Amino acid sequence: MNTELSGILISFAITLLIAIPLGKYLARMFAGEKVWTDFMKPIENLIYKLSGISPSQPMNWKQFLKAMITINSLWLVYGFFMLMFQDKLPLNPDGNPGMTADLAFNSIISFVANTNLQHYSGESGATYLIQHFIFMFLQFTSAATGIACAVAVFKALRDKTTNDVGNFWVYLVRSVTRLLLPLSIVLALILAFNGTPASYAGKDQFISMQGDTVNVSRGPAAQFIAIKHLGTNGGGWFGANSAHPLENPNYTTNIAEIVAQMLVPIAMVLAFGYFTRRKKMGWVIFGVMTIGMLMLMIPTIFSELGGNPAIAKMGVSQSTGAMEGKEVRVGPMATAYWSTLTTIVSTGSVNGMHDSTMPLTGLWQMLGMMINAFFGGCGVGVLNYLIYIIIAVFISGLMVGRTPEFLGHKVEAREVKIAALITLLSPFLILAGTALASYVFTNYGAANWAVKPSAWLNNPSYHGFSEMLYENTSSNANNGSGFEGLGDNNIFWNVSTGIIILLGRFLPIIGPVAIAGLLAQKKYIPESAGTLRTDTVTFGIMTFAVILVLNALSYFPALVLGPIAEHFTMLK
Amino acid sequence: MKTSSNKLFEPALVQSALKESFIKLNPKTMMRNPVMFTVEVGTVIMLYVTFYSFTHAGQGSFAYNLSIFIILLLTLLFANFAEAIAEARGKAQADSLRKTREDTPAKVLQDDGSIVTRSSNQLLKGDVFVCEAGDTIPTDGEIIEGLATIDESAITGESAPVIREAGGDKSSVTGGTKVLSDNIKVVVTTQPGESFLDKMIALVEGASRQKTPNEIALTILLASFTLVFIIVCVTLQPFAAYANTTITIAALISLFVCLIPTTIGGLLSAIGIAGMDRALRANVITKSGKAVETAGDIDVLLLDKTGTITIGNRKATHFWPAPGVAQDDFVRACVLSSLADETPEGKSIIELAQQSVSQFALTAPKDSEFIKFTAETRASGINTPDGTRIRKGAFDSIRNLAINAGNKFDNEIEERVKTISSKGGTPLVVAKNEEVVGVIELQDIIKPDIAERFERLRKMGIKTVMVTGDNPLTAKFIAEKAGVDDFIAEAKPEDKMRYIKAEQAAGKLVAMMGDGTNDAPALAQADVGVAMNSGTQAAKEAGNMVDLDNDPTKLIEIVEIGKQLLITRGTLTTFSIANDVAKYFAIVPALFIASIPALQAINIMHLHSPESAILSAVIFNAIIIPLLIPLALKGVAYKPIGASALLRRNLMIYGLGGVIVPFIGIKLIDLVIALFIK
Repeated sequence: MNTELSGILISFAITLLIAIPLGKYLARMFAGEKVWTDFMKPIENLIYKLSGISPSQPMNWKQFLKAMITINSLWLVYGFFMLMFQDKLPLNPDGNPGMTADLAFNSIISFVANTNLQHYSGESGATYLIQHFIFMFLQFTSAATGIACAVAVFKALRDKTTNDVGNFWVYLVRSVTRLLLPLSIVLALILAFNGTPASYAGKDQFISMQGDTVNVSRGPAAQFIAIKHLGTNGGGWFGANSAHPLENPNYTTNIAEIVAQMLVPIAMVLAFGYFTRRKKMGWVIFGVMTIGMLMLMIPTIFSELGGNPAIAKMGVSQSTGAMEGKEVRVGPMATAYWSTLTTIVSTGSVNGMHDSTMPLTGLWQMLGMMINAFFGGCGVGVLNYLIYIIIAVFISGLMVGRTPEFLGHKVEAREVKIAALITLLSPFLILAGTALASYVFTNYGAANWAVKPSAWLNNPSYHGFSEMLYENTSSNANNGSGFEGLGDNNIFWNVSTGIIILLGRFLPIIGPVAIAGLLAQKKYIPESAGTLRTDTVTFGIMTFAVILVLNALSYFPALVLGPIAEHFTMLK
Repeated sequence: MKTSSNKLFEPALVQSALKESFIKLNPKTMMRNPVMFTVEVGTVIMLYVTFYSFTHAGQGSFAYNLSIFIILLLTLLFANFAEAIAEARGKAQADSLRKTREDTPAKVLQDDGSIVTRSSNQLLKGDVFVCEAGDTIPTDGEIIEGLATIDESAITGESAPVIREAGGDKSSVTGGTKVLSDNIKVVVTTQPGESFLDKMIALVEGASRQKTPNEIALTILLASFTLVFIIVCVTLQPFAAYANTTITIAALISLFVCLIPTTIGGLLSAIGIAGMDRALRANVITKSGKAVETAGDIDVLLLDKTGTITIGNRKATHFWPAPGVAQDDFVRACVLSSLADETPEGKSIIELAQQSVSQFALTAPKDSEFIKFTAETRASGINTPDGTRIRKGAFDSIRNLAINAGNKFDNEIEERVKTISSKGGTPLVVAKNEEVVGVIELQDIIKPDIAERFERLRKMGIKTVMVTGDNPLTAKFIAEKAGVDDFIAEAKPEDKMRYIKAEQAAGKLVAMMGDGTNDAPALAQADVGVAMNSGTQAAKEAGNMVDLDNDPTKLIEIVEIGKQLLITRGTLTTFSIANDVAKYFAIVPALFIASIPALQAINIMHLHSPESAILSAVIFNAIIIPLLIPLALKGVAYKPIGASALLRRNLMIYGLGGVIVPFIGIKLIDLVIALFIK
């Protein structure tokens, strides 16, 4: 078989091999059953004791969300000041400067929100202290926040009638101590042994064969890159992210990193089934998400392997596919595979430049982020999918002649209202953000910002539109990858994407937790023959149709003006 | 009532609905429906643009703008017409009921005992009137004195007269029905204009029509879809500016109107009204739209055995003489004891005897004394002049009779009694001179098609519960034979109540039917309580529906009407949203093809020109509304094939169909338009 193809098949096989038992383990662990990681208990108890947390205290959904928002706000505020004054703080061997207020605003939001949009470059924009104790810390906690909120939803949907969605602090701490930390240690070791730096030493120097002196940035990168993938964060230690030879040295690390970013999202979907004791439902959701993934991945692979028709016209052979912006050690198929996964699961790390991919690849990448629920980010993927389920349950409930119900609870006006608002939020943030950027670009090209709007776009025309659309889509999806080619470190992009990230992160978490909390308070209705089962293939298809139609209808015109126009113009 | 037309578009109704469609354009009325209100706003803007384009260039030709404006106006009118025709039909139905009771003279009894004749619409609650044979009852009321046979065919269509009398569970009379014999004194129970029928008419007319919770939830969802499309259309303007394309206002508004769910938005209230109207056509008066919807969710159905599961009364099916008694002698004794028995059971004994024994006297000897059935003795019979005493009655009362007289009670008889009971029959033991001579077997006749109906209900996921006064053994047999899931034997009203509460505590929705005052608490407790029109006022007040036909099987129909209502909403929503795919493929290329010629590639329908593409899409969007009015009014058929199968089916028809149909429709319209535009 084709080596490149076997490479990605093996990657996916390894992913499933680990994710399936991990899903079972997560369900048992969060349900408080006996698991082998119980030896972490003393450490957890110490954390609870130091923080004054009573781990057995039940929380209703409002208390749960209050705890979640409080701690995240705290991180946001102190992180902001740390970033601005990083130059005055220790662990800055390369003498990097402090961040401007707007960049600090954007960067801290972006890390609290599991996005890692990174309008700075790791080498020159952040000190070791910030990278390690702010950014890496947040990479753990932001992933754990998403997971904790998803577990609250699991519990609310499992229990027949309850006010108690579980204790936020317990879920948060356990996500770190019993999932993210152990896995990160393993992955960091793999990376370190393959050549990723892991020390606090400053820049290294070597003299190239041409005789130039080259400064090579280093630092404690291996541990950072481990959680960057496991927590679907995506923020690179270096500016070039996993395309950088020290961040992703070889094909082995490439497989390790791509497997790592899919583990928790897939495991959480299966954990949903195991936790709620509806195993079949977990697998149906897994099936829908996998089919969605393949529908984005297969055309991506074909469009990348096919090469660029404009280059073909010049008579240049492209036997290896479109190689612009790709790493030779990785190759086009593994880059295409990675680009699909990193956009559907909201990691947003890259091992090649998305800006250089074919126009239609850009379309699939953006669609993956617009949908944002084919596995999706740590915990939040399941939450996003829940919103689609609520809409699907409502419409299909009507279609079978019964007041819609989900897992034994009636779905009524209040839940529909929340789901509708959250559905509305994504097109609003993405389209309004892009419209604002287009408007500024068209009408205020000369504004005196760090980067003039007229100089924002490396490629004007349709591709330039895609660059702006991608940036907003990535922000809303808390993905954090960039199409790049966009001059984004200026007040406009820092502030606008900062706001989009913040809203696009927390409202879609609050909504599903509130829906689940409200549903759990209602009377439990046992299933009867007239109940529409939500763990069937039919309902899976229904949800899939809802996802496709909602997103197609929201984004079709914008996508036509970006990648689709670019594609057909290129073919002309 | 039954004579009312079932045609969907009665010319007279269409005429009034057409007029209403224009009146409903009033923005205040339109605000109730956010989706259609945004269309109205778009229409007003288009009117302005049309005038503007008459004198200015840049927004397309005057004719084009005018066409768009007219089509949008038609879209609004079509949606209003859908609501208006549904209202008109409901009103016509209710009016035909109301007509029966207009201007009837009422003989009002004054305090001093004299009688004054007044018009029926001047009757107040608490007034007492009298009716004699031949009178039409002026208004709804309750008999306080007397008994009468009444012809209720005016409301039920049933020609057989019924008996109504004071004091029992059959004390209600309805305005418009006719007294055939005897006379009665009736107290008026409702204020003028507040009868159930008046309430129902108000509900249909929209004055007091409130949106049901489900309708509210759907409206929220549709409003949010509308908001998404507002965002899509508003942001398209700066996008287009970036791409150096100008989009005309007509094109933008057309895109918007096509995308928002106007199909379901326009038909939503019509569907709700039509649901109540269908209930009314089934001769059921609902007190709220919510009750109809709830009916579709029912999990448990409490049904009375008599009249629902079995045909009216029991019939004698077998004579079992005691050992040593000749068959003929026994049958003669039975006949003799039943000659004066006017009950259907008594009559059926004689019928059966006529088939089994060739000759016997059909008249009792002169001077015989008939013993009536009483609750204490639980036996009836005859004493003939020659001193023979024949009694027939319940097993234990006849046994006591025999044992008290010093006679033994044969074991074989006791066995027979048990066998009959376990087979669902009722044993009547017959004694001659206090000596047991045999047993008559009475059997319930289960309605021939009832088992299938229960099977249908089971497939809907509804549990059926039979309520009967029979003993548990008999009840069990009939329950099994008819295929009900559970039964309450020897039921007292409190038992029903207890059962309902237990089911509700488990999260189930319960429906029941009742008529007596002692049913009232249970009717009120049930999620759907259907009172029979013949029932007491208390029962009718307690329930949330009244069945004019007094037909216990009506509950099954009501459940289907409720389900149909939800299904129609769901399928048309799906259809409406699915339509958008084709509309996008028509309009989006049309918007940008001038500045981005490569986008011709997504004009997959090969529409003639940008203008014709946009016109075709809005025309399709408009005419789909009237085309679907019949479906909205009749409702999408409910098929009890299981929820998942039903979802698959409706998803195929209305989801996939909703994607494909507009591609064909828009293309056809475009072909026609192309003939007119060069």
